Amino acid sequence: MADSHLPASAALPGGASDGHYPEKPAVRRRQGLASLIPWFFIALFFLFITAFLILPSITVLLGAFFENGAPTLKFVRQIFGRHYLHAYIVTTELAALTALIATVAGLVTAHIVQMRGTPQWVRTGITSFSGVAANFAGVPLAFAFISTLGTLGMVTVWLKVIGIDIYSQGFSLFTFTGLTITYLYFQVPLMVIVITPAVQGMRKEWREACDNLGGSSFTYWRRIGIPILTPPTLAGFILLFGNAFASYATPYALTSGLIPLVPTEIGNLLSGNVMAAPQLGQALALGMIVVMGLAMLLYWLLQKWASKWR
Amino acid sequence: MAIASRAARQAKLHRDRPGLLAWFWLVVVAGYFILPLIAMGMFSFWAGGSNYNFSAYVALFQDGDMWRSLTLSLRLAVETIVITQVLLIPTVLFVSLRAPKLRLVLEMISNMPFVVPAIVLVAGLSALYRGPSWFVSSPEFMIPGYVILALPYTYRALDVGVQALDVKTLTQAGLSLGASWTQIFLRVIIPNLRSAIIGSTLLMLAIVLGEFTFANVLLFNTFAVYINYIGQTSGTEAAALSLFSFLFTWLAMLGIMITGAKRGGR
Repeated sequence: MADSHLPASAALPGGASDGHYPEKPAVRRRQGLASLIPWFFIALFFLFITAFLILPSITVLLGAFFENGAPTLKFVRQIFGRHYLHAYIVTTELAALTALIATVAGLVTAHIVQMRGTPQWVRTGITSFSGVAANFAGVPLAFAFISTLGTLGMVTVWLKVIGIDIYSQGFSLFTFTGLTITYLYFQVPLMVIVITPAVQGMRKEWREACDNLGGSSFTYWRRIGIPILTPPTLAGFILLFGNAFASYATPYALTSGLIPLVPTEIGNLLSGNVMAAPQLGQALALGMIVVMGLAMLLYWLLQKWASKWR
Repeated sequence: MAIASRAARQAKLHRDRPGLLAWFWLVVVAGYFILPLIAMGMFSFWAGGSNYNFSAYVALFQDGDMWRSLTLSLRLAVETIVITQVLLIPTVLFVSLRAPKLRLVLEMISNMPFVVPAIVLVAGLSALYRGPSWFVSSPEFMIPGYVILALPYTYRALDVGVQALDVKTLTQAGLSLGASWTQIFLRVIIPNLRSAIIGSTLLMLAIVLGEFTFANVLLFNTFAVYINYIGQTSGTEAAALSLFSFLFTWLAMLGIMITGAKRGGR
């Protein structure tokens, strides 16, 4: 990375004088000791990050492989046991399903919102609501849905009044289906936020060029629209997948950890709800870092691919 | 964006307006998103049978535990905000000023919390720090974790603010006019970063008030843990508090948009 503003030497405290700015040496002399202040703060920040982000992560990564100081694969093997493997599968299914539905729903919504004929108040309303709803997760969201579709929820009660008892027909909010419905409340708005820049980036000129060359609407979408929107859409899907995979508060408050999901299982192991087994918790967390790391790597690659078009 | 406005003028070239199907879709989506809010609002006033009143709100207002948990969360939020701003503002600023090559590293670090989710971070923190007990057993133990959890959002907000400024010229102008670093920092940089600072502060306030994972695992009675707890016995009170949380998130986002818009207008 060429850096024309600052020569490399100036990046060191008391670095050599700088040819680009002849007046600078005088300034630097006046600073004196003060020139160390920036480095103090930068060092402090990196110290903080090391202590509270990097070292804890390493602890999790290593802790999964040790028992009383002796290396072991016991815990990593345990996560491939029936119960925890099941948790990984259910979490993956939930994350993939909600991400898939939300990707489609969010893309469609963003497209309609960005249409030029859409009234401004609809556009502003949906855009600003998305910002709020994407951040409205966790315990409050769980209770919003308990108030709506729980056993005493408003919609459940209203439906009962008109003769439909959804709970006697096998529906329950506290199941996989219920979790899916609830997760969509933050997944769809997140997709709207993530994909809107890409939808906005679809140039009018491309559509016109296609029309002028005799292309139909179908040709436009097949040859231009879909190819260009594919990378950002896939990136959005990955981000949503990771977002759902890591959710702890919403499923905990909704099902009290009854549906085995990786985050709630880790929480149970840590807070001693089941037999306290911190290393097993660390092994589960290790698996989670692997999944999230892969997802973020993919997201990053897709973003790079997508940016080629802008 | 010049392209967008030119395109807007050419809007009539295309029948680019939502059809019946599109409107139907928007209504369905709006229903899905508004219904839980209405239900939550109504449920919070429900007092059994067909009675609706303020009893849940009155009970909450008189509940000492609710106030204690809310005060605890607010205290933690303020402490998180202070620590983050003291750590992050100088770092973002000085990195862009003195070591722009480190920006890439900062950006990578700020995305790491996506790879290490809250539940994993709390597993690592509690395995790594087993003492001293005055630190580990106090709710303040969670603050470093909160700072990290909010980092992707706070870093981005501050970085956008700093990049929009010509920090280099401002600093050099200040220095050549004889100002000290402290003066430049407090009189020039901070006022110019106001909207970025307000934005990141509001974000942290919303994040810490809603944070459940850390506190639930480490058994501290914060606001979100209290909502979950009260929900076991009184659904209506939990709905009332959830509604409050939603309105609070909404206000915080509104605040961010307003301060952001003001900045753009200047």
